Amino acid sequence: MIFFKLNTALGQPLYLQLMQQIRHAAENGVMQDGDQLPGIRTLAEELVVSPNTVAKAYSELEHEGLLELRQGSGAFLSINRRSRAIADRVQAARRKAECLVEDLRAGGLQDDQIWRLFETVLFRGAEISAKR
Amino acid sequence: MNILPVIETHDLSKRFGNTSAVCNLTMSVAAGSITGFLGLNGAGKTTTIKMLLGMISPTGGGGTILGYSIRDPAESLAIRRRVAYVSESQRLYDYMTVAQIVRFTKSFHSGWRSDVEESLLRSWALPLNQKVKALSKGMRRKLALLLAFARKPELLILDEPSDGLDPVGVEQLLEAMVAQCGEGTAVFFSSHQIAEVERVADRVCIIHKGQLVMNASLDDLRESYRQIDIVFGAAPNEAEFQIPGVERIQAQGCQMRVLVSGNAEQVVARARMHDVNSIEVAPIGLREMFLDRVKEN
Repeated sequence: MIFFKLNTALGQPLYLQLMQQIRHAAENGVMQDGDQLPGIRTLAEELVVSPNTVAKAYSELEHEGLLELRQGSGAFLSINRRSRAIADRVQAARRKAECLVEDLRAGGLQDDQIWRLFETVLFRGAEISAKR
Repeated sequence: MNILPVIETHDLSKRFGNTSAVCNLTMSVAAGSITGFLGLNGAGKTTTIKMLLGMISPTGGGGTILGYSIRDPAESLAIRRRVAYVSESQRLYDYMTVAQIVRFTKSFHSGWRSDVEESLLRSWALPLNQKVKALSKGMRRKLALLLAFARKPELLILDEPSDGLDPVGVEQLLEAMVAQCGEGTAVFFSSHQIAEVERVADRVCIIHKGQLVMNASLDDLRESYRQIDIVFGAAPNEAEFQIPGVERIQAQGCQMRVLVSGNAEQVVARARMHDVNSIEVAPIGLREMFLDRVKEN
């Protein structure tokens, strides 16, 4: 069971936030291979968001291979070797990110300044990476 | 799922004497989605909805609901049969009790959902044996919503549904709207509460002074709309930044603020060709967007 938290003020579609939180739960072990996620309608009502938001998140994750959607019985996590490798990479990257943030804090930057910095840098990166 | 739009209008207009209440409104609402219809009080939301339902006739343009023309009185009946509508001041039979009006309404609708009826009666704690006229404003609203929701219509049109509800009531209303959409009902609701639209809606239409000033998906809004603050070394040339996607530019001395609905990368790239001290890209919420559109006009 994941405690989802969607933020409407963030500059990120809700379905992407949902996808990230499910991925995150798979990466940090909150959810295991084969675990079941709530059905689309159930989760939409629980989070009070449009069912289309949940449907889009689930279908994108299915496309990525992290979820398996079974007609009528819901969504199941499927952590294969590829997603495990990704999970390891994310773990390693997280440690790097932690070091970097510590560095920037030590350099006297406030958290909100660091946050804006990341937004801006990531945003610049987005022009290079292909758009979906 | 039905791919035809559930609501479609072309240049829909309504004049009352010399005042134009709705002016050349062209929009389309997708099936299976939740659409928020935002606008200030008096922006033309209710007039639009009444035209859609054939309650008042347009002075220009037209439209369809579920494929039926809104200008044809014969088709208007078919529309009313398949669309449930809750208005700001819903007329209910005052002399009936809650239980009676539920039973009465149920008798007209073969697809009545008893499970929806029961669950809403329970969560809204409607007093079954009380006369409708003795209900508070909030309770009346809840009763009207229940009567519409339990019909399981193809399209729900709600005019300011959260008006008069307390925060818990609003939350329950939004949950019920989500549940309806989950069952395939398209929901079109007007509101001036940005927060509730921001949560549940797939798309948002903003009407201001009778004109549609925005019609966008909230995913696009979150993904592509950005506010870019740039500080240049010397006063910038605004015209250089008038590119597709740029909605608005405010410049003051060496500072420039650009609001974009897309193409933010291009703006940033152009800025970088100059001597810039800083560039900040920030997402823009529905609230800022709404205020921007409403102030602009």
